Amino acid sequence: MLVEEIMKTNVYTLPPTATVADALQLLKENHIRHIPIVDTEQQVIGIVSDRDVRDASPSIFADHTNYQAFNNEIQSIMSQPVTTVHPLDFVEEVARVFYDEEFACLPVVSENRLIGMITEKDMLYTLIQLTGTNVQSSQVEIKVPHKPGILPEVAAVFGKRKTNITSVLMYPYNDDPNYKILVFRIQTMNPLPVIQDLRDAGYNLMWPNNIAEPKV
Amino acid sequence: MTCGAAFIYSTKFLDYHFHSDHPFNQRRVLLSKDLLEKNKLLSKSDITEPRMATEDELALFHDKVFINAVKRAGTSDLSDDECMEYGIGTEDTPAFPNMHEASSYLVGGTLTAVDSVLQGKSEHALNLGGGLHHGFKRKASGFCVYNDGAIAINYIRQNYDLKVLYVDTDAHHGDGVQWAFYDDPNVCTLSIHETGRYLFPGSGHINERGIKEGHGYSFNLPIDAFTQDESFTQTYETALREIADFFQPDVILTQNGADAHVNDPLTHLCATMETFEQIPLLAHKIAHQYCNGRWIALGGGGYDMWRVVPRAWAQIWSVMKTGDIQSGDLPPDWQSEWQSKSPVTLPVTWHDEKQIIPNIPRKDDITEKNDKVLQSALKYTNNKLNEML
Repeated sequence: MLVEEIMKTNVYTLPPTATVADALQLLKENHIRHIPIVDTEQQVIGIVSDRDVRDASPSIFADHTNYQAFNNEIQSIMSQPVTTVHPLDFVEEVARVFYDEEFACLPVVSENRLIGMITEKDMLYTLIQLTGTNVQSSQVEIKVPHKPGILPEVAAVFGKRKTNITSVLMYPYNDDPNYKILVFRIQTMNPLPVIQDLRDAGYNLMWPNNIAEPKV
Repeated sequence: MTCGAAFIYSTKFLDYHFHSDHPFNQRRVLLSKDLLEKNKLLSKSDITEPRMATEDELALFHDKVFINAVKRAGTSDLSDDECMEYGIGTEDTPAFPNMHEASSYLVGGTLTAVDSVLQGKSEHALNLGGGLHHGFKRKASGFCVYNDGAIAINYIRQNYDLKVLYVDTDAHHGDGVQWAFYDDPNVCTLSIHETGRYLFPGSGHINERGIKEGHGYSFNLPIDAFTQDESFTQTYETALREIADFFQPDVILTQNGADAHVNDPLTHLCATMETFEQIPLLAHKIAHQYCNGRWIALGGGGYDMWRVVPRAWAQIWSVMKTGDIQSGDLPPDWQSEWQSKSPVTLPVTWHDEKQIIPNIPRKDDITEKNDKVLQSALKYTNNKLNEML
């Protein structure tokens, strides 16, 4: 998945000469946390976060508040140089930047001009889509040996039943490198026939499982 | 003049039939009706024959193109693309002969129930053929073609202009009805269901609270798999009382899926008949407290059609008719009538023995988690109540 597919293109910016008060208002009105600072050519020359702006604002505990602080130009507090990404970068790479650099937001720049923004929230939303929980479905989890060909083998069971698969995730089984957990979200309210097929084929189901034991 | 309750029934309900191996089987309605008759709780004079819903009535919720697709699916074949688009011909909702007519009768049943109550012919009305809460505007899903609940609510809003509280106790999230009124502050939806972590449809999170003017009028209680009676009823009762007090409804519409039972093959909740006794008892109480008794109850899911559904649904009628639940033994002629047709041993009493519940080691954790869900779901109602005080 590419950055241009998930970035926001409706971006709020300020010129370097805008004031701290302008920034505060823009953050508040639009429920955003970052403002890219651009010159007249739409080139990103800095960025400010809501925390930068708050640091530059008077404390709510101060007795004699100095409102002068609000009039400072934003270029005096903006961070630079700014790390930016390209619209054709992979979302996975951007996630890496977020994780390593501890940013929460990256301007997207093409031909030196700002064309969008991508935030941690956009990333998480994409992740939710990848899990498939955003469409009607039932979940089945299968523990399989970690070997070539296992995924099509299991998927064929769903295919035979004409059960549509919404998403597939694969993750490690605890610390055991010999196994993987396959998580399928399938578009059916009645997974019973497919589950029976999987059991008959000898697969080890993590969910649904029969952990419930009789009481007597 | 109000007089008791109306039981909406027609043998046409049984025509809503996908195929013999399909888990959704409307013979459940017949089994429930027969149990009530043999128990001398239901007589001919209680029964109201439903009408078929008109296409204009279906269009109160559904798109015309979808209605046309359903009509064609019942007589000929849809293309594969159309099947995908309209959710018909899938394993869940396969096409069957006269699909449109059969589905329209279920909707007509619910509209007949609505008219019976809102025209003052009866205080309460029950349509066990309805409650198909997964139907979407232009898509069939989860065993549901037309969404009779959503159509009925639009019908009430349009013809009677009343505030509707929709209460869904099916083990699956009542998504079709919730999304239909997600931005409407005159329709409050409450769904208690097994968490969507594993179970279809997957939605019904606490934070699905509605949007725009409808924000705060959609409530979800996604309870944990293996939840038992105590925690289920405690969660349901607290939520329904508080939400009714907050919303002040004019009429209550309940969807009474009976698939939260431990014997149900499709879900992982562990309720017994006790839960299905408490559900109608409280709905009845709330209807009298806030709505002059105006209560319309529908069926819904329920896939153990022999041991669970007939008793659970018969209790709804018992509460409507007598104000109380039934206890003790079931009429023996009901068992003798149906035992030979049933693959499982039919129950002999109205209640369940607690031994049918498996040992759940995490019971305390589950109860604690459900309490948290409840508190979180009611967060804003509490605030609004406090503001008013």
